[in-house]
Amino acid sequence: MEEILKVESLGKTFTLSKKQQKLEKTNEKKRIAVNHLSFTAYRGEVFGLLGPNGAGKTTTLRMLATLIKPDQGDAVIDGSSIVKNPEEVRSKIGFLTSELKLEQFFTPNYLYDFFSDLYGVEPSVREERKQKMFDRFGISQFAEVKVGNLSTGMKQKVSLVISLVHDPEIIIFDEPTNGLDVITAKVVTDFLLEMKKDGKSILVSTHIFSLIEKICDRVGIIINGKMILCDDLSDITKEKSLEDRFFEIYEETVGETV
Amino acid sequence: MRNNMLTIIKKEFVRFFGDKRLVFTTVLLPGLMIYVLYTFMGQGIMNQFETSEDYVYQIYAENLPQSAQMMLEEMPVEVEKTEKGEREAIKELIANKELDLLLVFPEDFDAAVAAYDSMNAGSEAAPLIAMYYNSTNTGSNSAYRMMTEAFDTYEALLANKFDINAGEDDYDLASEKDETGQFFSMMLPMLMMIFLFSGCMAIAPESIAGEKERGTIATLLVTPMKRSHLALGKIISLSIIGLLSGISSFVGTMLSLPSMMAGASDTLSASVYTATDYAMLLLVILTTVLVIVAALSVISAFSKSVKEASNAIMPLMIIVMVVAVTSMMTDGAPTEWYFYLIPFYNSVQCMNGVFGFTYLPMNIVITLVSNLVYTLILAGGLAKIFDSEKIMYL
Repeated sequence: MEEILKVESLGKTFTLSKKQQKLEKTNEKKRIAVNHLSFTAYRGEVFGLLGPNGAGKTTTLRMLATLIKPDQGDAVIDGSSIVKNPEEVRSKIGFLTSELKLEQFFTPNYLYDFFSDLYGVEPSVREERKQKMFDRFGISQFAEVKVGNLSTGMKQKVSLVISLVHDPEIIIFDEPTNGLDVITAKVVTDFLLEMKKDGKSILVSTHIFSLIEKICDRVGIIINGKMILCDDLSDITKEKSLEDRFFEIYEETVGETV
Repeated sequence: MRNNMLTIIKKEFVRFFGDKRLVFTTVLLPGLMIYVLYTFMGQGIMNQFETSEDYVYQIYAENLPQSAQMMLEEMPVEVEKTEKGEREAIKELIANKELDLLLVFPEDFDAAVAAYDSMNAGSEAAPLIAMYYNSTNTGSNSAYRMMTEAFDTYEALLANKFDINAGEDDYDLASEKDETGQFFSMMLPMLMMIFLFSGCMAIAPESIAGEKERGTIATLLVTPMKRSHLALGKIISLSIIGLLSGISSFVGTMLSLPSMMAGASDTLSASVYTATDYAMLLLVILTTVLVIVAALSVISAFSKSVKEASNAIMPLMIIVMVVAVTSMMTDGAPTEWYFYLIPFYNSVQCMNGVFGFTYLPMNIVITLVSNLVYTLILAGGLAKIFDSEKIMYL
């Protein structure tokens, strides 16, 4: 199997403000969000990062998407280092999170063209791809409606489509179904499986067991910024369900019963 | 990948010009408001200092002498003679704006004037006319000015030893060009600076802090585009929009100047400037807008919201306003080259020089170059900020 993503000893520490220290009743000035995290993902597989809120999943994905810089360690995505070549990495990945918003004033059609230009997509390729994606997600009839006037679900779909204008080989998806209604969530999960079939490599983060069970080949469990377990989904769920196995691991690590 | 900058500029234009309300409030409204405001102000000023033409001044006079009576007969006044005992009551009426003026002459005024020798001014007091008036009453105030002038003339007439400029000759040798230059170089640099700054202030925080606040700039930052291209694209497009807003205000000012200047306007003419002058002016304005937008963009990028950005801009605005006023206080632009390295000040003085026909081309060049250098430095700073996770995401 070909390695497409190799994360090596990645670390990120945040400085806590006075206000945060008070809020969390702590005297420590630093908070380790990601602690020497290492894992490998292979081409064509769906890798899931599973963990509770605040475990460091989003921070890890943001580092991989080069939005923030790691304090230590490195990750190589399809041959490009996130530390040394962030621009190259950005052109190879599609990064999707609910934090990335689209300007309300523009139409999906305009934004698709705009971001295609920024990613350097040829106009002929762009038109064909746009047609296909807009049809696939039912955006076509809303193509000329301003994003601000679209429903929440439709906005999410437009965001998804736009993050993939350059047809990336690697897709990084932070909490793919968060805040979506059941119908839109299914559309998104189905689409992820479809892309896997097309040979894309996908990295998702979530705290939803069913999503992992449905789409992931391999799982990494993160608790308090550390990778506790990283294995094939089938191996993890050999004896127990993913949910039971997770709580067992959580108890062992944190030392308290949930 | 250089065309990414163009992509950003294009997007900013589509955003701005696609929003008719935004175009109206940023580009058309400033010019229109200034035109209406200044026109009204000009008329208001005239009304304040002038009474209507058929107004008859109500005047009381104590001990009215023969000489004064003859003078008053030729003026639009209604004179009532009065006694010393009524003085306080009349003063009360003037204070209440029911009367315009009270003249108190010494007894035997004409004789006293004839007897007085100005050579003895040290030892002997001159005959005194007291004029009671109310400066807040337009009628009273202009009656006072009219009387003062009339008696001054009368006094000069009594002791006429020589005349000044009494012939038909045109004594003021200042040309239309000089007068226009003097007036424009005093007023316009300040106004231009204020217009340009407020034009840029209306758009820069919205486009940078606003995008940050709404989370749309992060979407741009995950694309492979260079941060410097984003910074320059933003600065260039915002500068052009800011320039349009500034030019609109400028046109509004020029159109309302005739009524603002009332009678003096026939000696002022914008046509005394050559095409070269206007070209210089445009270049100076263009680079000034670049510096303003770049500075505002950096401040906006540090701010978390549009509101915070607007507050953070205030100190800079005050500095620019103070610098802008220097054109009114100094006598012409300085000639030393190093003054033209100071941002904002150099622009004001260049405009002063262009309007006053005193500029040195070298100093304009220094201004243009230093403004471009400042813009590039600030653009570099902006690109660094876009790359800083602490400022952009936390």
